[in-house]
Amino acid sequence: MIEYQVQTMAAKVGDLPRPKKNYLNETKGFWSWAGTLDHKRIGVMYLVGTMFAFLLGGCFALLIRLTLLTPTHKLFGKVLIDAETYNRVFTMHGIIMVFLFIIPSVPAALGNFVMPLMLGAKDVAFPRLNLASFYLWVTGALMAITAMVLGAVDTGWTFYTPYSTTTDGPVTLMTGAAFVLGFSSIFTGLNFIATVHKLRAPGMGWFDMPLFVWGIYSTALIQILATPVLGITLVLLMLERNFGIGIFDPRIGGDPVLFQHFFWFYSHPAVYIMILPGMAIISELIPTFSHKTIFGYRAIAYSSVSLALVSFIVWGHHMFVAGQSQLATVVFSALTFLVAIPSGVKVFNWLGTMYKGNISLDTPMLYAIAFLILFTIGGLTGIFLGTLSTDVHLTDTYFVVAHFHFVMMGGTVTAFLGGLHYWWPKMTGRMYAEKWGRVACVMYTIGFNMTFLTQFFLGAKGMPRRYYNYLDQFQPLHAFSTVGSWVLGSSLFLTAAYLLASLRKPADAPDNPWGGTTLEWHCSSPPITHNFEEQPVVEREPYDYRPVKHA
Amino acid sequence: MEWLRNLMLPAQGSAYAGEIDTVYMSLFWLSVVLFLGIAIPAVYFAWRYRYRPGRVTPHVTHNTVLEIVWSVLPLLLCVGIFFWGLKGWLEYAVAPGDAMEIQITARKWNWAFEYPDGSRDAGTLHVVVNKPVRLIMTSEDVIHDFFVPDMRVKHDIIPGRYTEEWFTPTVMGQHLFTCAEYCGKGHSDMHGTLIVESQQDFDNYIATGGTEWEAYKGHMADWGKIQWERKGCNSCHSIDGSRSKGPSWKGIWHKMEKMRDGQVVLVDEAYIKESENQPQAKIVEGFEPIMPTFQGLIKPHDFEGIVAFIQSLGTQQAQQAPQTQ
Amino acid sequence: MSTTPIDLPHGAQGAHDAGHGHGDVDPHFQHHFTTMEQQNDTAKIGMWLFLVTEILLFGGLFVGFGLMQGRYPREFVEAHTHLVRWQGSLNTIVLLFSSFTMVMAVDSAKKNKPSKTVWYLVITIICAFVFLFVKYLEYSHKFEEGWYPAKWYRGVGDAIPGSHGYATFFAFYFMMTGLHGIHIVVGIGLLSWILMRARRGEFSSAYYTPVDLVGLYWHIVDMIWIYLFPLYYLIQ
Ligand code: HEA
Ligand code: HEA
Ligand code: HEC
Ligand code: CUA
Ligand SMILES: [Cu+2]
Repeated sequence: MIEYQVQTMAAKVGDLPRPKKNYLNETKGFWSWAGTLDHKRIGVMYLVGTMFAFLLGGCFALLIRLTLLTPTHKLFGKVLIDAETYNRVFTMHGIIMVFLFIIPSVPAALGNFVMPLMLGAKDVAFPRLNLASFYLWVTGALMAITAMVLGAVDTGWTFYTPYSTTTDGPVTLMTGAAFVLGFSSIFTGLNFIATVHKLRAPGMGWFDMPLFVWGIYSTALIQILATPVLGITLVLLMLERNFGIGIFDPRIGGDPVLFQHFFWFYSHPAVYIMILPGMAIISELIPTFSHKTIFGYRAIAYSSVSLALVSFIVWGHHMFVAGQSQLATVVFSALTFLVAIPSGVKVFNWLGTMYKGNISLDTPMLYAIAFLILFTIGGLTGIFLGTLSTDVHLTDTYFVVAHFHFVMMGGTVTAFLGGLHYWWPKMTGRMYAEKWGRVACVMYTIGFNMTFLTQFFLGAKGMPRRYYNYLDQFQPLHAFSTVGSWVLGSSLFLTAAYLLASLRKPADAPDNPWGGTTLEWHCSSPPITHNFEEQPVVEREPYDYRPVKHA
Repeated sequence: MEWLRNLMLPAQGSAYAGEIDTVYMSLFWLSVVLFLGIAIPAVYFAWRYRYRPGRVTPHVTHNTVLEIVWSVLPLLLCVGIFFWGLKGWLEYAVAPGDAMEIQITARKWNWAFEYPDGSRDAGTLHVVVNKPVRLIMTSEDVIHDFFVPDMRVKHDIIPGRYTEEWFTPTVMGQHLFTCAEYCGKGHSDMHGTLIVESQQDFDNYIATGGTEWEAYKGHMADWGKIQWERKGCNSCHSIDGSRSKGPSWKGIWHKMEKMRDGQVVLVDEAYIKESENQPQAKIVEGFEPIMPTFQGLIKPHDFEGIVAFIQSLGTQQAQQAPQTQ
Repeated sequence: MSTTPIDLPHGAQGAHDAGHGHGDVDPHFQHHFTTMEQQNDTAKIGMWLFLVTEILLFGGLFVGFGLMQGRYPREFVEAHTHLVRWQGSLNTIVLLFSSFTMVMAVDSAKKNKPSKTVWYLVITIICAFVFLFVKYLEYSHKFEEGWYPAKWYRGVGDAIPGSHGYATFFAFYFMMTGLHGIHIVVGIGLLSWILMRARRGEFSSAYYTPVDLVGLYWHIVDMIWIYLFPLYYLIQ
């Protein structure tokens, strides 16, 4: 039955006889979704939720860019928004993108759907906990939206004290939302670790797992080890704000810098919660579309885990000029460079995989190539920031803004889009319009660079971040960046449009449209409720493209 | 490559800036090389090995030598970059003993400076060319950050502690400084001018508050306008009638201003003086008590200028004044 | 790289078996596992991971305490002397004893002795209440003296200008013991739930995972106290 067919985009109905019932149509009605324990349905619900968050965060982003079009913020003679509103807008943009969108998007949405399939399991280890995580996410989202309706907060996504303990607005509610979302993330991580440990298909050793699973596993490690610290930090912040507990308040002997240590102890590892799943997707896309086995499997697997571990000891690089001790500053800078090595290892291994491959440039692969380019820029500019003397000049400028959009958006979101297209046929049973996919991907890359490449120049020239007003000299670059954001935004709306349009067609996706070798391509598209007709047994390496046929 | 540096980085105002720029530009070129080393193969492979039906790809799982090379080489590069960055930073970390010490107090959204002799000023910082200055900084409310792009220095200013930064200005003239840590509504207006001048001009400024104002004798309102910008009044008070963090100065002279607690006060010289020294004494209705005190920061002729300036912005509402008690 | 297919234990093939409780299968068996043993192991891994997050939750506070102690060494040491050592010691003993009874509860469940399980659980719960009662005494003493956390602090040291250390100390004291207290309360809830189920005779040598897991939780709550106790009561 299992044959590694090599084909691109052949929109023909798949190899397996298509089962009448699949996870989408087996049961119907609102409650069959709201109460489902099926990891695939939970994944889909997460996907819908996080996409709404992305849309909302993206609209705030477009508003930021529109405001910064001119230094006077005037559009048709009217001031668009005032400084206070601007501060709220970028704070909401940051909070929504980080806590509601990017952290759950790949692991909880795509990971939930794909990982058990890849392991040949019927579900995650704790299906009920999985559903509970989802509802925690919903609760957090509702809290955040309530806070937004109540006037939103203007603390920045970093909640630095003492600003956050003294400013007006529903800061406690927003902090509470982040707290709840944190627990959602912890439970997802816990669930996934247990799943990987105990639910691998017979015959699947640790080094037979697809690299996506390694990436998600490493992510989960960070989720359970770092997020509790965020939890306690946010609790302290709430206590501080409402009861003056005084730990961060210099007037009664506290230390505002302590908050920053706590915050970054979580939030630096959190940036690897964001990128590792992205890298995990790329490690799937490149071998599949190169039709070639992954180069350096073990190196990539180990680099995921080592990134996860190293990420815990570099948080101080966010505080080089923030008043931590000078010794700490030096040590954190040195450690920061360590993360470049495993990241580089991955990049080089991906290139090694493409070398002498048989590369089909379908949309997911285009995104993977865009990822290689954008992430490298983002990562290399991280080196500018990790270098002590240059960071002093660059920190808290648009250079940092550009850096983190290159890694978060250019890295993770790009990979996410690649993954979304890659697994779309599996999830929905439908092929999307390939031509539009390629158009959107090219537009996305151009728009992205217009928006954010310019910001490196702004930042190096001395444009501080979180600025509502700016000097006239910066206007040309800001305006260019704004125009770029329209190109970028259009490409995403286009993507949403053709993906949604594909849902209206009858199911046409083959079981294995891309010729993938991992287990999720061995079940039907869309999969049946319990995933596999027969318990799969693993007999080959995960990315084996040698043309061996066996029954 | 001078033009490229000028394109990317601000003007150099200190010797230190030159050093940082060398590191920056080297990193830039290194990144360009590494980036091309990745982007070119990625695109080339995608084209060179583009899909051909039926082609079988080699089954190469790894290559230990290659993998060691591409782990160790970047590591060595990174070690090198680290030490180079450290070297520049160490220079910035320790101020020379003979530096002139200036105290900075930051508050929402304004700067106050105190020179070694105890004289004080707001908004504009004067320093002597080629003489190291050490800034000892603290904040009255939230975290701010003193950033001088031309000097390539920056450090957070934290309530409840003193932090430092230093530089040696080498280029005379005006340089921008600005707040680089988010501090709320007025964060992006919290900037001012650093004036690098000769020792003589500096001494003169300290002794008399500068002689610049003498040029404005007879038209003090213009001098007042300069003070409005320099002292940072402009970050909260507009002069065109539009509402900002504080009331606009347009048309307030001799106005009967209504206060929060209901009393009505005539805006005259004494009231402006009080607003400047004890802004919290009387709060204009509809505004928050956020104006910081400028006690000791405004020299007599500067004050004279401000009053003249406010006067010059019109008194059209004065007639309505008597209606109230 | 294993290439040989593995002999699957019985039940693995039944992919269509959505089976919550078919015939001879344990009613607690969930369909996505292959064997009951696998299911129990998985549950235990889950619990251990959760406990790791608990430790990190407290870990943040311990680190914060350490840093602040470094900043106010004199005040912290002096503030320590205001804690009543016998109360802390008594509570340590009570909790250690409850840990022991918890072990016994798990053990008797494993050995098919449901009535013993019930009794051990009851004792454990009583210990938890004793602990809370002592905490109540402790807190009310602190409140009487005005040793509130942070900005409400009204006790000794107040008069020394700038010596905020006392206030900070009590802020940490109340947060850490308070958070621990909340865990005890949650523990009481969990223990009671297990107690009910044990009384209904749900546990046996074949299935006692919930008792085991609550036991793990209870031990970690004890263990955290074992760290809190020397940190607050023994340092002088
Ligand atoms: C997905 C998220 C993500 C990722 C992956 C990264 C990756 C990295 N980041 Fe980034 N970072 C953020 C998200 C991320 N960052 C965010 C959100 C902020 C700002 C938060 C805020 O303040 O709001 C930030 C801020 C930030 C700072 C603080 C800046 C400041 O405020 O002053 C620093 C400083 O060191 C830094 C460094 C790095 C480094 C060294 C990497 C490395 O991991 C990069 C490694 C990758 C490469 C280097 C490229 C590939 C490697 C090679 C091609 C090998 C050869 C390379 C060499 C020899 C150098 N980041
Ligand atoms: C994942 C993280 C993420 C992402 C994706 C983005 C995306 C974008 N960001 Fe964001 N940004 C942050 C995280 C992110 N940002 C953070 C953490 C901060 C710091 C906040 C702070 O300082 O506190 C920040 C700050 C920040 C600033 C600086 C503000 C300041 O300092 O004053 C700017 C300015 O240009 C900006 C712009 C943008 C733009 C134009 C996009 C665009 O790329 C957005 C384009 C997206 C859309 C237009 C939505 C389209 C979506 C759909 C149509 C939904 C359906 C889609 C599909 C199914 C495909 N961002
Ligand atoms: C951080 C913001 C801020 C800055 C900087 C600031 N002010 Fe104000 N000012 C206010 C606010 C708010 C009010 C109204 C509330 C009050 O009366 O205190 C005010 C009120 C006043 C008034 C009374 C106005 C009236 O309508 O009655 C005067 C006069 C004044 N300021 C002068 C100055 C001068 C002179 C400077 C600079 C040297 C200055 N202010 C800088 C915020 C500021
Ligand atoms: Cu002061 Cu920003
Ligand atoms: Cu970081």
